[in-house]
Formats: sequence, structure tokens, C-alpha cells
Amino acid sequence: MKQQELAGPLAGSAEASPAREAEFGPARALRRSAPVRAAVAFVRQASTIAWAETRKLRRDSTEIFTRAVQPVLWLGIFGVIMGRARAIPTGSLGYLDFLVPGILAQSVLFVAIFYGISLIWERDLGILHKYLASPAYRGALVAGKAASAGIRAVIQAVIVSAVAVLMGAHLRLSPGPLLAALLFIVLGAAVFSTFSLIIACLVKTRERFMGIGQLLTMPLFFASNAIYPLSLMPRGLQLFSRANPLTYQVDALRALMIQGGESVMGYGVDLAVMVGTLIVLVAVAARLYPTAVN
Amino acid sequence: MTKSEYDNAAGGPPGAVAIETAGLTRRFGLLTAVDGLTLRIPRGAIFGLLGPNGAGKSTTLKMLTTLLPPSAGTAQVAGLDLSREPREVRRRIGYVPQLLSAEGALTAYENLMVFARLYDVPRRERKERIQKALELIGLQDSADVVVKRFSGGMIRRLEIAQAVLHRPAVLFLDEPTVGLDPVARRMVWEHVRELRARFGTTVLLTTHSMEEADELCDAVAILHQGRIAALGTPAELKAQVGPTATLDDAFVHFTGNSLDTGGGYREAARTRRTARRLG
Repeated sequence: MKQQELAGPLAGSAEASPAREAEFGPARALRRSAPVRAAVAFVRQASTIAWAETRKLRRDSTEIFTRAVQPVLWLGIFGVIMGRARAIPTGSLGYLDFLVPGILAQSVLFVAIFYGISLIWERDLGILHKYLASPAYRGALVAGKAASAGIRAVIQAVIVSAVAVLMGAHLRLSPGPLLAALLFIVLGAAVFSTFSLIIACLVKTRERFMGIGQLLTMPLFFASNAIYPLSLMPRGLQLFSRANPLTYQVDALRALMIQGGESVMGYGVDLAVMVGTLIVLVAVAARLYPTAVN
Repeated sequence: MTKSEYDNAAGGPPGAVAIETAGLTRRFGLLTAVDGLTLRIPRGAIFGLLGPNGAGKSTTLKMLTTLLPPSAGTAQVAGLDLSREPREVRRRIGYVPQLLSAEGALTAYENLMVFARLYDVPRRERKERIQKALELIGLQDSADVVVKRFSGGMIRRLEIAQAVLHRPAVLFLDEPTVGLDPVARRMVWEHVRELRARFGTTVLLTTHSMEEADELCDAVAILHQGRIAALGTPAELKAQVGPTATLDDAFVHFTGNSLDTGGGYREAARTRRTARRLG
């Protein structure tokens, strides 16, 4: 076989030529420093994954509505009954007001914690192999998934909030706090969906993954301030709850969303815990991601 | 192994090597899936890896595409060391997995855009490259159709287009025509030849189809139990077995294996699942 004249523009690294650079643009890219270029590529890759995931969601949106049923039951039945019983001391807040941020965070958690199953699907389909054979940063692949889980959670939050308002909860509807609340909702979804991806990388089968997901949801939910204040808990459970990111998410949401709500931990602590946890989890998931195909 | 005619025939100038492995080995516990593979594939070749199920084809492909680290040995792909510069290798290769890998919920255009962005194709070139890729595989009229509605052959062609948007030096195809009807198969072969002719892309594919190997490949290696049992052009391998031998005969001769023994439950289930999905 004759060696082709065209011989593949990328066929050899030694063939850098002006024509080749004009076509593929490394000369232009070199003007930026390496870390900046890497950061730009990371963000572009992560947003690409988030974009693709969100497009997929748009074409199958029924799921978002079926997910709204459970929070409605919690607010409508549990919230109303516990509110009448006045069994849980919630300070100046009515119980329904106290409960709304907790149920909102819970509904986001319950969806996010099963997010990793999509990774197992993608592995079985072969999609994951292709992503891993691309030069995209592993961290960007993970962060993109986390971001799409966050976008999904925003839609959920809007639905749950609307239900809460209809039920007479006193939400604070000014733009600043609302945006801040959305940030915490996105962070919560990102944290728990990344946690879920880690589990998926470790267990590898759908059945085991579902088992572990179910095992995790209840402790994460009950060992938090979602439906009662931490002060009601025995000491050991309090410690556990303080190690639970959900507690910090609910703490911030309660102060941001509810009229008269206050943060027990402080917004700064809430934000630091959520962001710090997310960074650690994304780093761990990025390390484990390639093992998912083996 | 005797020096093959193939070494000279397909080689081009010396040093124009797309893939070179030395003692490439992968062990899983006690099992050695790939055992000291030493291979040299010249640039611009279409090279087939043949072998019964479990011979080490997929493991080899996974190592060469950086999905699986080797247990021992070295490999260079597109002039770069696999273990030392995996990210740079990934920039220079394209990969079409055996299983269905296009996103069914996205359109053909969206599928291509995702990979154009992941492979750092410059923004101002993305649309044009996607357009050209769609023309190359004859899907320009289906660009905005959701992939779920595609036939198996269309999906395969789209996957090939996805894998070459960044103009890779080496393209890896894992059983590219499994489950496709004869017409769709021929179309895939045409596209592979077209890629080589236009861009000089080197293609490494695995296959179970002796017809595919005979028609499409310049050279093949027959793997058996993780080692190379035979290497050469299809014509050479046939000649080694007998004057009227087919490639099927050569395969049986070199592996001591007939083609249809199957690979156990898991392999069979997976192949059939793939066939159904692509069909």
C-alpha cells in the first residue's frame, strides 16, 4: 500500500506545520497559559456533559412530575398531622414552615442518591467507554453529571415550593434569598449525586446499587435536621447529623426560604461544608471513574 | 515468526508506525488474558485482530485505548507511550465500542456536538466538521432526528463519525459490524476505506467475521489464548494452510478452534443483546 500524501493531519506528532496549526489551532491556544487552558477545557467539557444530560431529561420529563408525589404526601399528611399535634418544638416557626425546606432537601436527596444508576447503564451500553477513551478530564465528566443533577433538582424545587405555597407555607419570595436557596439546592443535588456515582463505581451491578441506595436514604434523612431540630436528638445522633451534608443544606434553606427562619450553623459554615464536600467527592469520583469499565 | 511479506507491503517508509507494542501483557488474577503481545502496525493500515472469544482481543483493545492499564510491557500509539501520556494518546485516537454507544435520546447532530466539544475541536470549526462528518456517513438528512429512531446501520455509521470528528491518527473499532445486515455491513466497510483514503487514518478492528477480515483488512493477527498465533496478510495466512484454503480454514488451523463454539453464557448474552439493539 502506498503511503498517502494526505497521511492524516494528526497522523504524527512530528508533523507540526503551519498548515496543520492553522487547521487545528494549537498556535492560538498556546497564547493562554497551560493552567488557564486546562480550566477552560474542564469547564467546557463539564458543561457539555451537563448539556447532553439536560437534553435527555427534556425528552423524558414525566419523571420529574412523578417525583413530586412523595414530597406532597410528606407535606400534606405528615406535616399537617405533626403540626396539629404540636409535638415538635420549632421555635417561632409553624411546623409546616419548618418542614418545607427539609422535605425539599429530602426530595432532592432521594433523586440524587440513585443518580449513579445511569452510570451503570452507560457502562452496560458502552457509552461510558467512549467518554473514557476521550481526552476529557475525568473530573469534568463527573462535574458535568453533578451539574445536571443540580439542574434537575431546580425543577423539582420549583414544584415542591409551589405545592408548599398552595398549602399555606410562608415562603420568602424575594429574589436574593431565592437565588441563594437555589444555589444550596443545586449544591445538595451535586453532593449526593456525586456520592451516588462513587457507589456506582464501587458496586458495579444494578441490583447491589439499588440495595445500597435504599440503605442510605433513610439514615441520611432521619439523621438530619430535615423534620425536627437537632436539639431533640440524643448526643450520638446529633454528632452523626452534624457530619451529614443534608443538615447544612437544610439549615441554609430554612433561613433563606422561610419568613422568620434562622440559620443555626451560619451561612458561611453551610456553604463551606457543602462546597468542600462536593470538591472532595468529585475528586474521589474522578479517580474511581475509569475503574467502572473494568 | 518468519518475516511477513506484509511487513514490507503495508509499511511505507520505515518508522511510519501507528501502533507498536512490546511484550504487552494483561493479567486478571491468575488468568493471563493478553500474554506478551508484540505487534507493529504501519500507519495507514487497516489491521484486523481475529480470534475466538476470550482470545484477548477486547482486552488488547481496552489497553490500546487507555481504558485498561497493562500489567507488563509497553505500547506506543500514534507515536506516544500509552502509560506515560495516556491523555495525549486519547487526543489522537478514536474509539467505537462494540456495544451501542450513541445517546439514543439525542439527535445525530447533538451526539456529534458532544464529542466535538469533548475533543476540543475549536468552536469555529465545530459546525463545519459536523456537517462534513454527516455527509461522509450519508446522514445529512437525518441530522435532527433522535437516534432512537435510527436503524442499527445508521447508528454504527454515526458512531464512526463521532469517533473521527477530531481526525484521529488511529481509529479503533470493536466488532464494528456485529448484528448488522449485509447491506449495512458493506456500508460500514466503505466508510472505513473512505477514512483511510481521505485522512490516512490507521484502523485497528476486532472481528469474528472472516469475510470482514478478508475484504477489509490489509493484515490480520490471529490471537489464541492471549498470544499471536499467526500474523500476515489474509492471502499469506491462507497460503500457509493450503492452496485452496479460505480464511476460515486458516483460522481453524491456527487456533485449533472452530468458529462457532461460542464463548459461554455471558459472551453469548452480550452478543445477542448487542445484535438486538443494533438490529
